[in-house]
Amino acid sequence: MEFHIALSTEEVCSLLAEDPTREILAGGTDFMVEVNFRQKDPSAVIAIDRVPELKQWRHDGDAVSIGSCVTYREIERGPLSTIVPALAQSARTIGSPQIRNVATIGGNLGTASPAGDMIPVLLALDAKVTIRSINGSRDVSIDGLITGVKETSLDDNEFIEAIKVPILKGPQEFLKVGPRNAMVISIASLAMVTDPEQATIAIALGSVTAAPSRAREAEEYIEGFLDWDAMTVSSSVLPNFRRLVGEASSPINDHRSSAAYRTHAVGVLGQRALLRIFESRDDG
Amino acid sequence: MTVVNETVGIRQSGIGVSAIRPDAKEKVKGDFIFSSDLSSEGMLWGQTLRSPHASAKILSIDISDALSISGVHAVLTADDVPGENIFGLERADQPVLADDFIRYAGEPVAIVAADHPEVARKAADAIRVEYEILSPLVDSYVAITAEAIHPEGNVIRHLNILHGDTEAVGDVVVEGEYEVGMQDQAFMGTESGMAIPSPDGGIDLQISTQWLHSDQEQVATALNMPMEMVRVTLAGVGGAFGGREDVSMHVHLCMLALHTGKPVKMIYDRNESFLGHVHRHPARIWYRHHASSEGRLIKVEAKVILDGGAYASTTSAVLANACCFSIGPYSVPNASVEGWGVRTNNPPCGAMRGFGNVQTCFGVEAQMDKLANELNLDPVEFRLANALKSGDTIITGQKITGTAPVREVLMSLANHPLPEPPSDNILERPGGTGRTTDGSHVKRGVGFAASIKNLMFSEGFDDFSEARCIVNDGFIAIQTACVEVGQGFVTLVHQIVQEILGIEKVDILPADTSIGSAGSTSASRQSWMSGGAVMKACEAVVDSLISDLSNEEGITFERIGTVLVAPDGSTSIPVADALQGRNYDETVVHRHAPTVPLDKNGQGDAHVSFAFAAHRAVVDVDEELGLVRVVEIATSQDVGRVLNPIQARGQIEGGITQGLGLAILEEIVLVDGKIQNANFTDYLLPTALDTPTIEIAALIEEPEPNAPFGAKGIGEPPVISSTPAVVAAIRDATGLDLNRVPIRPEDIALG
Amino acid sequence: MDKDKPSSGYSLSVNDTSHEISKSWLGESLLYVLREKLGLYGSKNACEQGECGSCSVLMDGVLVCSCLVLAANATGRDIKTIESISDDDSLTDVQKAFVDAGAIQCGFCTPGLLITIHDFLETNPEPNVLEIREAISGNLCRCTGYGRIVEAVQIVSKQKSVGKGGSDDSS
Repeated sequence: MEFHIALSTEEVCSLLAEDPTREILAGGTDFMVEVNFRQKDPSAVIAIDRVPELKQWRHDGDAVSIGSCVTYREIERGPLSTIVPALAQSARTIGSPQIRNVATIGGNLGTASPAGDMIPVLLALDAKVTIRSINGSRDVSIDGLITGVKETSLDDNEFIEAIKVPILKGPQEFLKVGPRNAMVISIASLAMVTDPEQATIAIALGSVTAAPSRAREAEEYIEGFLDWDAMTVSSSVLPNFRRLVGEASSPINDHRSSAAYRTHAVGVLGQRALLRIFESRDDG
Repeated sequence: MTVVNETVGIRQSGIGVSAIRPDAKEKVKGDFIFSSDLSSEGMLWGQTLRSPHASAKILSIDISDALSISGVHAVLTADDVPGENIFGLERADQPVLADDFIRYAGEPVAIVAADHPEVARKAADAIRVEYEILSPLVDSYVAITAEAIHPEGNVIRHLNILHGDTEAVGDVVVEGEYEVGMQDQAFMGTESGMAIPSPDGGIDLQISTQWLHSDQEQVATALNMPMEMVRVTLAGVGGAFGGREDVSMHVHLCMLALHTGKPVKMIYDRNESFLGHVHRHPARIWYRHHASSEGRLIKVEAKVILDGGAYASTTSAVLANACCFSIGPYSVPNASVEGWGVRTNNPPCGAMRGFGNVQTCFGVEAQMDKLANELNLDPVEFRLANALKSGDTIITGQKITGTAPVREVLMSLANHPLPEPPSDNILERPGGTGRTTDGSHVKRGVGFAASIKNLMFSEGFDDFSEARCIVNDGFIAIQTACVEVGQGFVTLVHQIVQEILGIEKVDILPADTSIGSAGSTSASRQSWMSGGAVMKACEAVVDSLISDLSNEEGITFERIGTVLVAPDGSTSIPVADALQGRNYDETVVHRHAPTVPLDKNGQGDAHVSFAFAAHRAVVDVDEELGLVRVVEIATSQDVGRVLNPIQARGQIEGGITQGLGLAILEEIVLVDGKIQNANFTDYLLPTALDTPTIEIAALIEEPEPNAPFGAKGIGEPPVISSTPAVVAAIRDATGLDLNRVPIRPEDIALG
Repeated sequence: MDKDKPSSGYSLSVNDTSHEISKSWLGESLLYVLREKLGLYGSKNACEQGECGSCSVLMDGVLVCSCLVLAANATGRDIKTIESISDDDSLTDVQKAFVDAGAIQCGFCTPGLLITIHDFLETNPEPNVLEIREAISGNLCRCTGYGRIVEAVQIVSKQKSVGKGGSDDSS
């Protein structure tokens, strides 16, 4: 039974190197639920939520580098809310105010739940995750990190140090469906980010696939029908687009929802997000 | 009749004012001691091992590993139950600890006491139980004829109500099938309590419950102890709503405490709480309504199946309510209603606020809308045309002798203004913070529903409450065994003493089994029953005082309000002043008018009194995603008399919110009898953002004859017709049938 | 904290008092320690998964669910519980408003709500109804339907507005 409070990333590295079975504790909002419900019986824990560099974010070229222990609340309410608005929108939907005060972006990734609400946003933004260990650091993509339901490619001696998120000039949207108006695990969610300068659109889905998933076919299909100067989209292609978004999902039936509804819902969310960003144009 | 829009009277105390809860200060300071806050020197922690299987035969139980864990003081099984290994609220049919068969997933198998809760949990995990897993019976319809899963058979009760001409046929006939999912009481304070062995060999049990004396009787039987050796004291209750009427950990705690000789405390975690109490019965209901072309109800046919789960609990009484009131608050000359309460291997079901009326109200109100639609009548007009009134006979042949202001309830609500149009703010639309719904996706709907609820216990139950008023030199103490679960009975006690004795300061003695039973805090009965008992105890004090004064002074005073007045009006003295320097101790038992059991045709004066309510829901629906935002629920309710306006409002708002929960959020999801969502992440209670503004259009104050202060119980009606009102509003917005609650997004989006 | 003494006890600062906690199980939550080791039963245990807010406390001034704080990781932090928000016989404005508005029934959710609302009104003294509802969306109440609770917050907000010279006829 041992517990460590790390005060620097180096300390985290060496504690993990010493004994890779030690578990990382960040905001604790997933960790402690498992402990309280006896799905986890920790024997050695490293708390990283007091490491100063993990609690900060900074500009890094055309991106922001967000420390893994930056909280949802900071993302929802702080300056990041205008720099990465879709991330802030997703943060606001997660848990309660109490949860958002302590839960961290790194924790959301590390837990790697299919319902992790920041994951589709970070995937659509093509964010990179900086993984750190005593051997140095490496960057991986979101889908390189999260490999399945609650599965990551992290080695036992590694931890998430930061998430590098590109700053895009274009509009971005996050929409989430749950039966409640707040504090609900998503049944389906969707992030859409655009970059008018590059004329690109990215769409990622939440809660409808085991691992993070882009709706690539839908992206490629719709790109041909977008007018980036006028910011319009041809109305006639919307049904196809919606269908393709839905087809990018591979959901399960569970006590929260049926697979059929999840597929339906992400399609609807895709169309709605698109029409918030692009005005529908009737090509007659 | 008077319609009162919640005006607070000018009187400062007594009945009818918004008196403040006597426990309010303790509760806001965190000082109020709930059952989970109990502690005692040297106490142990109890833990229950429960079956993971819904149906199984127990082949063997090996406790040796568990016993060998350091810190473990006791591991007990069915063999250790000192008395009869059986309990139950209406009939004893449930083992304290499973001895041969497992009949539901979560059934207790063994109990542990240890010096730390985590040690107790680990010890429970270390008990090795060998099961032969059987195929569970989980379909309530199949259960009627399936092989029995319990020695007493699967049909707990089969009830027929035949009234009038059962062959009558209407000009217009509508049919429908309806389903209600399993709702949970989800009180915030989970089951918890402490048992302390006493030197005389008896046991002191401190527990959050609804009915101390029923607990006492069941515990004594299981412990094989005389009743007086089992002393049950109420510990602070964190909500109840029916879920604490049955015995849960009671016997387990006592067994562990008696075995170890130490105090034992137990707290269920949320997961275990879902397994540890009964739920609202899931229902399958079929209706065929007949009406004349002019819009009068001619006949109602109904079949009702309630899934009681593995053990009886209160299924018989819940079924009676579901059937007796399956018609709603309407006058129907002919009816044929058949109901079954059955056993399955699902979790046991029993009391929950609304008690059977909720299930059939959902169906019958849908039928009323269907009929109105078929007849091309306004749904409110159609209901008004068929509304029950005092003097009418309900389908059990009972004449309503009390008040029945159904028309007043309906009209006052219909006349209440509608809310503003849908909001411009996306966060106020369906989907809330999920930002799913743009303005163009919103469809508004309005729905209406009305209900009837019987007050107090029915069908010949000897229903009483005992109260004691002690006067010590002008100081007042009141004792009852009435359980305060949050409803505000403790406030009412103060108000009653003020009303009759004119004394502000009142000690409320702990509720325990040292006084006679108060019955259960359920069935909207405690203001009438225990309130009535307290009233009579105070009156008995006044009678004794008058008698003493008569002997001493030769004047036989009469009480007028809180003042004693001489017959000639020459002298008067406040009761409070007259009590100075005097001592009294009066104990009174209060009963309501007797009822009789239903006969073989479901006829008889089985009920005491009836309360009525109506609800109007306004919803915004995102049809494409199936998301619902309840914008407003307005209500009118027949209350007899408002005893405490602010408490009345609290009961109404809270009840309506539970009804809303059943309409669109709350269901225990079962797969093969196993609960899939025994936690608050997946059993979704309404949050503050899911709960609308609740408008009270009117509280109809038509005093009920024979009711203390003329007041009807108000706790249950808010939960009954709020659910169908919300569903009717969603139907109005979408045009869908929506015959099952709770409604899920996919029922609308893919409907 | 250094790693040389990971398994020994730790200290907690709760309501400005330092307590030495002997550790018997690493997984103990702050809520468990507050209640069962320090006898501070005001913080309630209703769900133990951060869904109900009954166990809300302030940690270094931040509103958290104490059931989701590993107790050992609360060392060196300033914990404030319901027991600290008013003196022996006094009530805060929010507590008083709860009593007056009828915001209490069973009272189990009450301490957590009070901590939440105190924290919320610090940063947003004059909220609208939607803001109030979102702020308390992490505190479940099963008895009241939230109506009287929202009302209580509005009472306090109005008092604050009047108190600083604001007009109360704007509503």
